[in-house]
Amino acid sequence: MQNATEVNHLKTKAGLLSGLAALGPTYGALMALTLLVLLNLLFTPNFAASNNFWNVLLQVTPTMLVAVGMTFVIATAGIDLSVGSVMAIASALAATNLDRGVGAAILLALAVSFSLGALNGALIAGFRIQPIIVTLALLISGRGIAQVISHGGQLIPFSNQSFEYLGKGHVGPVPFQVLVMLSVIAAAIFLLRMTSFGRYVLAVGGNEAAARLAGVKIHRTKLLVYALSGLLAGVAGLIETARLGASDAAKVGLNIELDAIAAVVVGGTTLAGGRATVAGTVIGALIMQVLTTSFNMGPLGLRPVPFSWALVFKAAIIIFAVYIQRRRVA
Amino acid sequence: MGQSTTTIDEAGSTRGRVARGRMASFIQRQGALVALLGVLIFATVRYEDFLTERNLFNVLRQNSMLGLVALGMTFVILTGGIDLSVGSLLAVAGVVAANLAGHGMIAALLIAVAFTTLLGLLNGIIIDRARIQPFIVTLAMMIAARGLALAATGEESVRVDKLSEDFTWLGQGKLGPVPVPVLILVIAYGLGWLVLRHTRFGRHVYALGDNEEAARLMGLNVGRVTLGVYALSGALSGLGGVLLASRLGAGQPVAGTGWELDAIAAVVVGGTLLTGGQGGSGATLVGVLLLGIIFNVFNLEGTISSWWQWVLRGVFLLAVVVMQNSLSRRK
Repeated sequence: MQNATEVNHLKTKAGLLSGLAALGPTYGALMALTLLVLLNLLFTPNFAASNNFWNVLLQVTPTMLVAVGMTFVIATAGIDLSVGSVMAIASALAATNLDRGVGAAILLALAVSFSLGALNGALIAGFRIQPIIVTLALLISGRGIAQVISHGGQLIPFSNQSFEYLGKGHVGPVPFQVLVMLSVIAAAIFLLRMTSFGRYVLAVGGNEAAARLAGVKIHRTKLLVYALSGLLAGVAGLIETARLGASDAAKVGLNIELDAIAAVVVGGTTLAGGRATVAGTVIGALIMQVLTTSFNMGPLGLRPVPFSWALVFKAAIIIFAVYIQRRRVA
Repeated sequence: MGQSTTTIDEAGSTRGRVARGRMASFIQRQGALVALLGVLIFATVRYEDFLTERNLFNVLRQNSMLGLVALGMTFVILTGGIDLSVGSLLAVAGVVAANLAGHGMIAALLIAVAFTTLLGLLNGIIIDRARIQPFIVTLAMMIAARGLALAATGEESVRVDKLSEDFTWLGQGKLGPVPVPVLILVIAYGLGWLVLRHTRFGRHVYALGDNEEAARLMGLNVGRVTLGVYALSGALSGLGGVLLASRLGAGQPVAGTGWELDAIAAVVVGGTLLTGGQGGSGATLVGVLLLGIIFNVFNLEGTISSWWQWVLRGVFLLAVVVMQNSLSRRK
């Protein structure tokens, strides 16, 4: 009885959109993803092929890694525009230092990525400059630094089996980079949900003054959040480089900050901070990737959608997704 | 007796503090201007080619399109918003204008600018009605408008008809010694200053950026101001796009990539706060010139590779903002 009233209420007052929204942010996005995958499985030729399944996951990996880091940054009401340039720096560093050993090259690249992120965080927390400006400065400088490292922006090819395993290796049927992605996602969910660091992140984003009064170490939290974003961008840069078998400092990670931000907001994390969902980001990134893949293949048995129109359609999806998930202002 | 000494001392120190406060406040407000003067003096002394009519007009002309985009961005940022779509709108206008150049300069200009004004208006409507953050709405518009420009042109640039000389005059011509784009830039900033300082709309822009809730409670029509600034930003981006297409003799669907970041940098370097309510068109002009002249200095120096130029540009942006921040906090 009560259920019926409730359903009626939903139908009459708010309709389908609010019905979706009422199920909560992540479930709305999850339903959208499920619907998208089902439609494509049924109607898009070859979408159901197993190598396409792995392809979607392979292509989404760099964006996913960056977006998971971005989720933490956005949870503190910040933003990180520098991720693409950090990817390029990691890529250039690894490629130019492979002769010192794979381990050393990877460690160096990741340490520098982490430090650049920490530098972002230190400037943002220490000088109280807006995150968008600090990370914009690194976006501009970083791409230049990457090209300086790669001897004036040359393409640096390499042949190193153990490094390329990062981008091309498999464990059984599962590509190694997908395993990396899954472990990062699991660790991020644990970090945000189960640790005091995660609670600090949300506290800083929700109400910085209150968090300060409650004894949260604002500086350290922000520093770590941007360092984490830098580190994950570095991992993404290494994977991309290993997959291509060459480092192209001018191209690696170009504009990935926008894809990552789109994935985060489509997944239901608000730019206002204080609320964040890693699972949502995962779903958001997958939605955008499934769209791209199906556009390329010819969605629902239609002709392939040209890149240009795919952009228009994706933009509409972003607005729609954010619209149905926005928090109701009473 | 002792008491009066104290009073005099206090008065003296107060006067001193006021004077120092004024000085600090001047430097804080005009930090970018001081930096600009410094760079101008440095460049004049170091390069004999710098202070020539040719070089100066060149710098101004090269920065006129970005200047127009940054002026629109100033209005948006003054309300506490942001517009990431400007670069894509610039490309859309360039493509539209290049297609219409055969129908005369006026028609091409008006239709292209009208179209991007509408797209800007659409930004404003979605931000105001759907209550979605400007960052997301204009990010989506940035993606969609780029897609439109690419789709309309088949991803290739549109050549301007060789015969449409009146259209190419817009970007390549001169009035007396002054390049037309520079003239347009000066007029636009003059009008921008007038609107911000001396009209009701201008005051509403500041009021909205200062405190949206208070502005709403005072009965200010927040929706209209929001629509107005995003439409204006679309219009000025469109104007910049038409000038660029006219200058290059082609409408390029990939034009203006990354300009949103350059425009934001210019606005912030000028001293306008991203939180809204403080700054103005004059500040942005200083910011545009400062970044433009730095670039000119790199070129005159001639030995700095383009990769290092990017590194230095980022560092310079950060340095100016850090300086302004520490000055304003001292106050």
